[in-house]
Amino acid sequence: MPEDLAVRGYRYVRHRAGDWVAEVGRLTMLLGDVGRFLAPGLRSFGLVVDQMKAIGVGSLWLVVVVSLFTGGVAAVQAAYQFSSVVPLKYIGSVILRSVIIELGPVLTALVVGGRVGASIAAELGTMKVTEQIDALRAMAINPVRYLVVPRVIAAIVMLPVVTVFADAIAIFGGYVVSITTIGVSTHTYVVGLKQFFYLKDLYSGLVKAVFFGGIIGTMGCFYGFVTEGGAEGVGLATTRAVVSSCVLVLISDYVLANVLLRFIFAS
Amino acid sequence: MIRLRGVKKRLGGKRVLDGLDLDIERGETIVVLGPSGTGKSVLLKHIIGLMIPDEGSIEVDGVEIVGLGEKALDEVRKNFGMLFQGAALFDSMSVGENVGLALREHRRLPVAQIPVRVAECLAAVGLKGAEDLRTASLSGGMRKRVGLARAIAMNPDFILYDEPTTGLDPITADVIDQLVRSLQEKMGVTSVVVTHDLHSAYKVGDRLAMLYGGRVVFIGTPDEVRATRDPLVRQFIEGSSVGPIQPV
Ligand SMILES: Nc1ncnc2c1ncn2[C@@H]1O[C@H](COP(=O)(O)OP(=O)(O)O)[C@@H](O)[C@H]1O
Ligand SMILES: [Mg+2]
Repeated sequence: MPEDLAVRGYRYVRHRAGDWVAEVGRLTMLLGDVGRFLAPGLRSFGLVVDQMKAIGVGSLWLVVVVSLFTGGVAAVQAAYQFSSVVPLKYIGSVILRSVIIELGPVLTALVVGGRVGASIAAELGTMKVTEQIDALRAMAINPVRYLVVPRVIAAIVMLPVVTVFADAIAIFGGYVVSITTIGVSTHTYVVGLKQFFYLKDLYSGLVKAVFFGGIIGTMGCFYGFVTEGGAEGVGLATTRAVVSSCVLVLISDYVLANVLLRFIFAS
Repeated sequence: MIRLRGVKKRLGGKRVLDGLDLDIERGETIVVLGPSGTGKSVLLKHIIGLMIPDEGSIEVDGVEIVGLGEKALDEVRKNFGMLFQGAALFDSMSVGENVGLALREHRRLPVAQIPVRVAECLAAVGLKGAEDLRTASLSGGMRKRVGLARAIAMNPDFILYDEPTTGLDPITADVIDQLVRSLQEKMGVTSVVVTHDLHSAYKVGDRLAMLYGGRVVFIGTPDEVRATRDPLVRQFIEGSSVGPIQPV
């Protein structure tokens, strides 16, 4: 019956929309709690440092590999697009600017977001389903203060740090490819780097990284906290944390690019 | 004392608690009996404010905890220790760190004295010197006992035990029963013990309460329980699959 289908379709949409609204509501409440417990959470500084190590040090090798190849691809791509229209002396400038404004922050956020977001969601999700989070609450230890705040803060602090590191590696990757396969000299590459280096480009990339860090930490914690059911629930939470943080990173990248490049850092 | 009145809770579309009344006097040990899935763990979680009833009232020492904010609840919870059914040990920490966590976080003791208190609690559950073990390496019975050591670390006034002797050998179970008794006798602790183990129920309980259909259907001393003709209680203590309680 077509009416039946229509009714069912309407119910389904209403149900899903309701779920979605409820989820956004819970996320908003979590953000409120993070704000409320920010100061007491920071007082247990050891917890923040532990998380900073896990996020920063743990991601180093992954970031090195990804950035090296990103820089390399940026060089190949630039050389191909320049093809006699733009002189190759600008290759360093193009690599530098595309890396520090866009590629460095975004790719770092996607890679670190996958790794860190998944591990946070899996850890907190396991704690949820094995009642460890209830056990914290029963001991009058607020889980947002004890678990969420250190992770979100650590992600916010470490993402820009890792991004600067990734920028440097990517520019080095671009350099290696430029001098070995494109035939640009070291001197030309370095002059190109310096010629169009603006501090505001670096800043805008780092401001993005701060937001991306907040997104990754928050989504990992959020999906960890709402985990239900056993191992299957933990798997689902992990997937959701990664997918949602990647999507939100890309959406917020667009918004931030507009705000930062058109208004705040507009020339 | 703890006073529950008309407590109702629906979970997953099922009426788990359905107008439950229960009074727990100061200093007594009350044992909650009942078939699996009747809501014994849910009841404990209500008493410590981990779950909030849909209806009804829960008072702890005269303070109504239904409707309290998380911060005020934390003040109430500081008087409680809870042993979870699955122990709920923090698997990122060693045994000693598990037991000492609340002491550290609430700065209850000078840092130097925390290891002393931790050692004391571990010794009380028969796990002397287990501080540095990883929780992942523990057997089920050891996990229970670490959970118990963690529950008593803060010298709480109230202790909630969710199946403390399930999965333990009879001798270790007796150690735990003795501990429950001695905490009551020496420290005046008020305890709620959820168990299936009738043997230990008779040993530790001042009163035994039978939970069924979301309510306390019978409450009395061990002698009253032994003597009762209540068919629900009789079926449960005789361990029969025939009777008013439908096995699931
Ligand atoms: N968080 C929850 N969400 C949905 N249902 C729950 C939840 N916790 C418990 N239940 C349900 O409540 C009932 C009682 O559970 P529980 O208190 O664990 O029983 P037991 O008496 O064995 O301890 C069970 O049917 C269980 O499925
Ligand atoms: Mg239970």
